[in-house]
Amino acid sequence: MDEICTGLCRLMVDSGADAGLAQFVSLLVGVLLVSGVPLLTVILLIWIERKVAARIQDRIGPNRVGPIGLMQTFADLLKLLGKEDITPTAADRLLYNVAPLVSFASVVLIWAVVPFTPFHYGVDLEIGALFFVAVASFGTLAIMVAGWASNNKYALLGAFRVVSLLVSYEVPLVFALLVPVLLAGSMSMLDIVNAQSGMWFVVLSPLAFIIFYISSQAETGRAPFDLIEAESELVAGFNIEYSGMKFGMFFAAEFLHVFTNGILMALLFFGGWMGPLYYESPLIAFAWLGAKGGIIYLTTLWLRNTVPRLRIDQIMAFNWKCLVPLSIANIVLVSLALKVLQELDMAPRQLIGASFADMLPATILLLLINGALTLYLLGILRRRGKDARREAQAAPVQFARATAATAD
Amino acid sequence: MELNAISIGFVVFTIFTLGGGIGVVTTRNLFQGTIWLMVSLFGVAGYFVLLSAPFLAAVQILVYIGAIAILITFAVMLTRSVTRIKTRYIRLVPSLLASLALFLILLLGVTMPIFGGVSPEHAPATVASTRDLGAALVDENGYVVPFLLASVLLTGAMIGAIFIARDDTA
Repeated sequence: MDEICTGLCRLMVDSGADAGLAQFVSLLVGVLLVSGVPLLTVILLIWIERKVAARIQDRIGPNRVGPIGLMQTFADLLKLLGKEDITPTAADRLLYNVAPLVSFASVVLIWAVVPFTPFHYGVDLEIGALFFVAVASFGTLAIMVAGWASNNKYALLGAFRVVSLLVSYEVPLVFALLVPVLLAGSMSMLDIVNAQSGMWFVVLSPLAFIIFYISSQAETGRAPFDLIEAESELVAGFNIEYSGMKFGMFFAAEFLHVFTNGILMALLFFGGWMGPLYYESPLIAFAWLGAKGGIIYLTTLWLRNTVPRLRIDQIMAFNWKCLVPLSIANIVLVSLALKVLQELDMAPRQLIGASFADMLPATILLLLINGALTLYLLGILRRRGKDARREAQAAPVQFARATAATAD
Repeated sequence: MELNAISIGFVVFTIFTLGGGIGVVTTRNLFQGTIWLMVSLFGVAGYFVLLSAPFLAAVQILVYIGAIAILITFAVMLTRSVTRIKTRYIRLVPSLLASLALFLILLLGVTMPIFGGVSPEHAPATVASTRDLGAALVDENGYVVPFLLASVLLTGAMIGAIFIARDDTA
């Protein structure tokens, strides 16, 4: 009981409050904070995303409501709240209304295991990394249920695409996630961050980071993987029948998910709150985490606004023929190399608290392995590309005919 | 049973598990049936949490709800007219007998020490952690042989599925 009752709770007990009540209140405050922070962040995120997208597309973006358009999202929020709440008569009423809630909850729940600083976190689960994957699978479920319950062909087609896309990209995502777990020897997010005191995991295995980055871009359904709601093909995809705040919840869940992924990547691969002077004050640690997560978040926005959409067969081929084998090869090689180095006493057996010098030999070897794997992959891709080009040049007539047939 | 957080949780998760199960067999709609199945499986995940086995709870959600149930949903959505099933299942007596027999076998298997069951007095005092679970799976005195056999079986099943589903004309 003593371990649970710390901080605010201890303070209340010391000033004469009932122990049970104090524990309840402090837990309640914790839950409200952990769920409240992301809810408030998302309002700002929508503004940031619109501004960034506008700048990339050579526009100005929201600039009328409030200073530099900061109040735009609040205006949108009011508009959404004021809209008529329509449930189609042919829809499955219960499932139709539950889906947006599950979708948003699946993202907010991830924040329960996010450690903001070494001392401030919702809960330090023994299985933090696995918790993240398990909770994220609820997001897939929500989109699926929304697509089916709307009783609309476009929504259903969108949902079909989601299932194939999300279930497929979950495989490389989990394999990439296993690399930090394996290096840290723990699934707890706190341990994973602490294990990066010597060296960030992105240096130890950049491939794992790249795979995780690509897969999480696919998990959020952002370009080039945005065929969930390909406007030109599906009108709006799974959320076509939703209006008002129910649509707003899907919208907010997606925006928040992108930022959450940025924070998760900062925690898993970029040492979380680690940075100069982080031990001085929790605020500095928090700022480091925010800065790292923010930079990764901005690159995903950049990617989203600059690349075209891929076809579903291209996406599937890329996942199953490239990402999945690569992620498996990566984890096998990393775990083998780490074990060999530990047996040779060239790498610390416990990464938590290891210094930069301890990690140097292991880092160099792991980096070399990752580089070799990348070169091998690039060689294969180049050969494939050459073959495809030669085929296209050797048979221009058939190629043109095939293209024309697809266009029909 | 005294009223504390664990017993309240137990009641809630039992309602989830049994309610979901009842939902599965009573709904006329296949898609809703799969959703009820997920509710039921979620309740089982809750039991694992109450039994201090968070790893199993997460795996339960990840594998059963995140993968298997979603694949079932996918298959259900591909079948035609899932929402308007008119025919009723009429063979009630055989199915009642079969489910009763299964229930009895499970009940006996759990309560009687046929398969080397552990009585409450002999249950280990320490709660096994995720680390212990992982160690037991690869320990030669633990479950390394069943673990490897299961892996081989799954690989075999996967290769078999690919072989059956392969398009011979390609």
